[in-house]
Amino acid sequence: MQENQSDDQQESMWGRMRQALGPTEMPTDDRGRMRMVVDNLVLHLHPAKVPERTLSWTYTWGLGGLSAMLLMLLVSTGVFLQMNYTPSLAQAYQDILNLRMDTWFGDLLRNVHHWSANLLVLVAVLHLLRVFYTGGHRDPRAVNWIVGIVMLLLVLGSNFTGYLLPWDQLAYWAVTVGTSILSYIPWLGEPLSRLLLGGPEVGAATLLNFYALHISFIPISVVMLMSLHFWKVRKDGGLTIPKRLKETAEPKMERVTTIPHLVRKELVFAVAWLAIILIWSMLVPAPLEGIANPEVSPNPAKAPWYFMGLQEMLLHFHPLVGAVLIPGIVLAGLFAMPFYDVGGASVGVYFRSQRGRAMAALAVSAAVLITPAWILLDEFALNWSAWLPDWPALISNGLVPLAFLMLGFFMLDEVVLRRFKASFEERVLFLFTFLLVAFVILTLTGIFFRGEGMQLMWPWMVGAAH
Amino acid sequence: MASKKDLSTTTSVEPVKRRDLLKTAWAVLGGLAAIELGGISLAYMQPRLAEGEFGGLISAGNVDDFPPGSVTHIPSARCYLSRLPDGGFLAIYQRCTHLGCSVPWDQTAQQFVCPCHSSSFDTQGDVQNPPAARPLDIFPIVIEEGVVKIDTGSPVARQAIDPGQVVYA
Repeated sequence: MQENQSDDQQESMWGRMRQALGPTEMPTDDRGRMRMVVDNLVLHLHPAKVPERTLSWTYTWGLGGLSAMLLMLLVSTGVFLQMNYTPSLAQAYQDILNLRMDTWFGDLLRNVHHWSANLLVLVAVLHLLRVFYTGGHRDPRAVNWIVGIVMLLLVLGSNFTGYLLPWDQLAYWAVTVGTSILSYIPWLGEPLSRLLLGGPEVGAATLLNFYALHISFIPISVVMLMSLHFWKVRKDGGLTIPKRLKETAEPKMERVTTIPHLVRKELVFAVAWLAIILIWSMLVPAPLEGIANPEVSPNPAKAPWYFMGLQEMLLHFHPLVGAVLIPGIVLAGLFAMPFYDVGGASVGVYFRSQRGRAMAALAVSAAVLITPAWILLDEFALNWSAWLPDWPALISNGLVPLAFLMLGFFMLDEVVLRRFKASFEERVLFLFTFLLVAFVILTLTGIFFRGEGMQLMWPWMVGAAH
Repeated sequence: MASKKDLSTTTSVEPVKRRDLLKTAWAVLGGLAAIELGGISLAYMQPRLAEGEFGGLISAGNVDDFPPGSVTHIPSARCYLSRLPDGGFLAIYQRCTHLGCSVPWDQTAQQFVCPCHSSSFDTQGDVQNPPAARPLDIFPIVIEEGVVKIDTGSPVARQAIDPGQVVYA
């Protein structure tokens, strides 16, 4: 082992101070590098050596790391934003105006915060997809999968609570619509909505509640869960090892030192994304409309973009089915995934197998064809309540179309099973992919194809809400 | 040791060991404490309401201020006070029963039309157009000494309109 010269007794005070800070020379051999990882608070989150294959950019796409980085960016920008914001009806909006116009770099700070938050929703979902498609949710990583989903929900909650804080028209009505969707949950929905809002409507108490959730409850929970999440990654044996399609046996693993191989990649990746976010934030301002006016609802009134899929579903189903049953079933399915989608052989293979990839492609094509067709059909041709006027809306416009949907899924599954001889995990993959793409299309429809009165129209005809 | 054991085997029922009893007692008390903590937190978070603020009792005006057949906007109560031709009052909550937008009164069309997703309602708040699935909510009205007071703390959701909902002076 090479002796570090700074280990020698220092003669001067400055020398001793310098020595306390850390090694003066970077290690030059593997043992030194491994030692450095273990001796460092931040670095020791990593193992001293990592399997070389997991370094592949096209395996993880750096999504987990990016999520963590975005979170840190949000916390740091958030802390600074706190200094210039008061969550009161009289002051909130003015504070945002001051931030944009009277504060040095206030606008940039706000933009970075806004865009990082929106990017985080996307990246967290992509991370979930990557983990699912490579089988990283399976044993022994089941608990970590669940922790991850909880964190995703908290991220959405943080986005939603933060959305209200500027107290402009966009904020006020998006939160009104969002919390109204919540109150459709039977029995619990109304009291929950009232508790969250701090009253019967979005008002002063809501602003304070949301602020408290946004700056303390959610960040603290996320940080605690994130620590658990990282710890579990290590405890569960690190990342899943990518396997090539034809590989059957466990591949012989080459391990390389974390320093420099992993750390170098992470550093470059982080700096690159920081640059992208900064440049984007300098060029694209975060939206801000007129001050919130409870008397004037915009037309159309839309929830934040990540809830638009839900709002679109509400246009097609009775609220109990569209806002409670379907999301509830999907969420339950996600949480329980590691317990029915089992199997070890395909872990590390994207889409499980050759046929799995074909099934995924099939699911995408099917969803891209069927979903818009069904949206159009439901908008212009189907009218369940008129065809079944004697039945309550919950059944005619809720359970009946749901039954048809489930019949459709069953038929698709039969095709996949019999025509393509798909295995159970491949069928799960098919259904998951179909639902994912369908939801993405619903979300895009809600965002870009719904205009005044929530009528279907071409995106260029969707004016800004007034 | 054997002699001590003999005493306990004279009973036919297995006696509850002290350890188990204490464990159960801890569990029960711990459960109670958790429930109490939850209850206290919920109680703490309940919204505070003040008279005169929305959520409390709001005075709209004198009975005679509202001619029969009129619909008057009461912004502080977030509602429209509809006085029907027969003199009865309905305090119609302006919150659309679909997704919560504020529904304005259209005097010309004599109906409430929601700007967000085009639900519409008549002078009594009865729903005429989807996507709203039920009539507009109403607030209980109290008429004290000729003053119309609206209790905005308890909106009443109704599946259908009913003559019993109308309040007379």
